Amino acid sequence: MDMIFQGITQAFWLLVHGDPQVLRIAWLSLLVSGAATLLSLCIGIPVGSVLGLNRFPGRRFLISLTNTGMGLPPVVVGLVVSIFLWRNGPLGILHMLYTPSAMVLAQFIISFPIVVGFTMAATQQLDPKLRLQILSLGASRVQMVWLLLREARLPLLAAVMAGFGAVISEVGASMMVGGNINGLTRVMTTAIVGENSKGDFPLAIALSVILLALVYLVNLILTIVQQQSKST
Amino acid sequence: MKSRQASLPYALEAIDLSVVLGGRPVLEVPSLRIPDKEVLVIIGPNGSGKTTLLLSLALLLKPTSGEVFYNGQPANTTSAIFSFRRRFAVVFQEPLLLNTTAWDNVTLGLRLHGIRKEEIKSRARKWLERFGIASLAKRQVKTLSGGEAKRTSLARAFVLQPDVLFLDEPFNGLDSPTRQALTEDFENVLRETKVTTVMVTHDINEALALAHRVVVLLNGHIRQVGSPEEVFSTPADEEIASFVDAGNIMYGSVVLQSGGLASINIGKQQIEAISELEVGTEVTVLLRHHDITISLPSSEAFTSSARNRLPGRISKVLPIGAQMRVTIDCGFPLVALVTRHSWVDMGLSTGQQVVATFKASSIQVIPRLGKFS
Repeated sequence: MDMIFQGITQAFWLLVHGDPQVLRIAWLSLLVSGAATLLSLCIGIPVGSVLGLNRFPGRRFLISLTNTGMGLPPVVVGLVVSIFLWRNGPLGILHMLYTPSAMVLAQFIISFPIVVGFTMAATQQLDPKLRLQILSLGASRVQMVWLLLREARLPLLAAVMAGFGAVISEVGASMMVGGNINGLTRVMTTAIVGENSKGDFPLAIALSVILLALVYLVNLILTIVQQQSKST
Repeated sequence: MKSRQASLPYALEAIDLSVVLGGRPVLEVPSLRIPDKEVLVIIGPNGSGKTTLLLSLALLLKPTSGEVFYNGQPANTTSAIFSFRRRFAVVFQEPLLLNTTAWDNVTLGLRLHGIRKEEIKSRARKWLERFGIASLAKRQVKTLSGGEAKRTSLARAFVLQPDVLFLDEPFNGLDSPTRQALTEDFENVLRETKVTTVMVTHDINEALALAHRVVVLLNGHIRQVGSPEEVFSTPADEEIASFVDAGNIMYGSVVLQSGGLASINIGKQQIEAISELEVGTEVTVLLRHHDITISLPSSEAFTSSARNRLPGRISKVLPIGAQMRVTIDCGFPLVALVTRHSWVDMGLSTGQQVVATFKASSIQVIPRLGKFS
C-alpha cells in the first residue's frame, strides 16, 4: 500500500517538473504513432473509398481481410515484422530492426486496416444516388470522390481517431521491433512494461497517466464526432 | 452513321438501348427520340425501369448495349459523356444536398463547370429568388424543411441553364400543400425556360399539366407513346389502362367565370366546374368514372344538386366484374360505371337514350401547358 502511494507521489512530481526522460518518451510515442497513423490515412483512405464506393470481383474477399485486419493482435504483427527485418530476413538489408522506423512500419500495419474499415463504412453510409447527383453537376471522377469524402468528413475523423488510438496504446509490436532501447526506441507503453518489471513504479505510473490522458482525449473526440454525425 | 446525323434536330435520341442488371433485362428500348424543347413524361409502375431509362438518357448509367445521342452526337467516349453531362441537369426524388449551406449547393455545379465568380453570383441569386429561397442562402441544408430542400435542389439544377433537364419523381414524399405550391412554381419556370425535359412521375395530374408526350413503360418496354390525352383516355391495352386509368379526360376552355364556378365548353356541350381559372383558359377536365350517375330521361323530374346533366346515347358496354363500363356519347365519349344490378333494374341497353349527371365539385380542372409545336 505504501509503495503504491509513494509511486503516485513521485509520478506526480515527475509530471509537474516536466522530467526530461518522461517528456522524451512521450514525445517519441507521439511521433511514432502519429507517423504510422498519417501513413495509414494516406494509403487507407483511398483504399477504403475504392472498397466502399465500387463493385468489383474480389471485393468481398478484401472486405473480409480488412475486417480481420482490424483485430490484428499487435504481438503477431511484431513477430512477423521482426522476422522480415532480421539481418538474414528478406528485408534485413535495410538494417531497420530496433529503430523507430521499424516501429512506424509495425504500427502502420496495425492501423492501416482500421483506417480502411472506417473509411469504407463512412463512404458506404452515403446515399448511392449522391454520386450520380455529383456527376450530373459536371464533376470529374476525382472531383466526385473528393466531394464524397468531404461529405463523409465526420465519420472519416473517426477513422483518424480509431487508427491513432489503436497504435498509441499498443505494446506488443513496439516491444518486439523496437526493443525498448532507452533514448532510441523507448515509447510510453514499452517503458511502462519495462519499468514495471524492474520495480521502478513512479516512472511507469507517470507514463501511464499521460497515456491514459491521451487515450481519453482521443476517445472523447471520437465520441463527440460520432454523436454529431448521428444527429445529422 | 450518316443517316443518324440526319436525325437532327432531336435533342436526345436513344437507339437499341438495353440494360441488363444482375443477368436480368430491366430495359429494352429500340428507339426513343426527344425533340428540342419537348417535355416528355415517363410513367410506369414501380420496377418498370423508369429510373433506369432516365439515368441512361442522362448518361449516368452505361447501358449494356445501345447508344444515346445528344444533338445527333453519339455519347460513346468518356470525354463526350463528360461534356454532354455538363449540358444536362438532374433532379432526383431525394434533394441529395451536400452537407453545407444552400448557397454552396446551388453554386456547386457552376463552380465545377469553372464559371466566373461574378456570373456564379448573379445566376445563383436569380434562381434562389425564382424558387423563393433567397433568404435561406446562408442556412445549413440540415436545417431546411423538405420543401425548402427540394427548392434548393431545383435551383441547383436550373442555375446550370441546362439543355436537357431530367427529373425523377421530383415531388414525391412532400406533403400536399408543400407539393402543390412547389409544383406551381416549377410549372411556371418550365413554361418560361422551355427547356427540354424528361420527367419520371407517378402523378397523372402532373403528366397532364406538363407533358407534351407521355411514354408508358411496363416491364422495361415502352408500351405506348402519345399525347397525354391519347394515353390517358385511350390506353392501348388493359394492362396500361389498369395503370393509367384517370377517368374521363376532356379538353375545353373556360367561357364563363362567376365566383369560383366556371363554365367550360367541351365540343358543343357546356359543363360547370369548381375552378377559379379565368375566361379563355385552355383546360383539361378530369372526371372519374364513379362520379357519374346515369338516369333515364323519364326520371329527369327528380331534382338533384348536381349542376351537370348531359343527355346522350349509350354507345358501348363492357362488363368488368360486378360492374358495367358504360360509354355514353354526349357529343364526346363519357365513361361511367354502373353495377350489373342497376343495369338490369333500369333496363339499360346499347343505343338507349340516357342522362349523365355529375357534380360541379367532382370535376378536376387543370390548366394546360402551351401546346408543343
